[in-house]
Amino acid sequence: MTIFIPTPLRPYAEGRDSIEVPASTIAEALDALTNSHPELRRHLFTAEGKVRAFVNLYFNDEDVRYLPEKERTAASATDTLSIIPSIAGGLPD
Amino acid sequence: MSTLFLSRTLYEAIRAHGEETYPHECCGALLGQPVAGGWRVIEAVRAGNTRTDSAHNRYQIAPLELVHIERNARQQGSEIAGFYHSHPDHPAQWSTTDLAEAHWLGCAYVITAVAKGRAADTNSFLLTGQSEEEKRFEPQTIAIEDETLMQASDVLETEQDEIHTRHRTQ
Repeated sequence: MTIFIPTPLRPYAEGRDSIEVPASTIAEALDALTNSHPELRRHLFTAEGKVRAFVNLYFNDEDVRYLPEKERTAASATDTLSIIPSIAGGLPD
Repeated sequence: MSTLFLSRTLYEAIRAHGEETYPHECCGALLGQPVAGGWRVIEAVRAGNTRTDSAHNRYQIAPLELVHIERNARQQGSEIAGFYHSHPDHPAQWSTTDLAEAHWLGCAYVITAVAKGRAADTNSFLLTGQSEEEKRFEPQTIAIEDETLMQASDVLETEQDEIHTRHRTQ
């Protein structure tokens, strides 16, 4: 599976914009990614091990949060996982 | 202070977007490449504001739209350098909401104040810090590059490359 790394996290991934990992599920892919690049862990997960609220994970074009099996969804070598921090803001109320 | 380099055309396009969506906030992504001291923007991509419930004072880009924007950027050899949005009838300064919802460390956040429908100040802020917990905005210089000079520079570089190639083959 190919994991696409967003601009802010590339310094923790040897400057690469994508990383290939062997994985049969999304969870395995994330494990492989953070095992090979441990500094990414604190940027992607809370201390409790949950994906940070502002981190969006897209399995191909599907939001992982809304997949029936979520991170347990089966993956193949041709699938992609995009890590996309949210972008929002605005004026004070 | 870091610098955001962009052409006059892109600068005006970002400001025009804010005027078009007034009194709502506009938003978009800036694609470019890292250069010494900052980013060079080569494309500004308009995005939809999904905060239709409160578009006059909030903006949000749909994550799936960002996935597609980043995918296209990668195919063109560029990357997401930052984002832009407008502040209708408010100064071009980041707000506490902007900082709380900013998560692209190392990227530029451009804000245009739109006063009564006309673009006023445009400022850029670099989201800096090593982590979410210590992030902060720092003012960033906007360097507007003259397209005529940029094209002349490209021609000069091409001619120099050709001269070097001729020397190597002789």
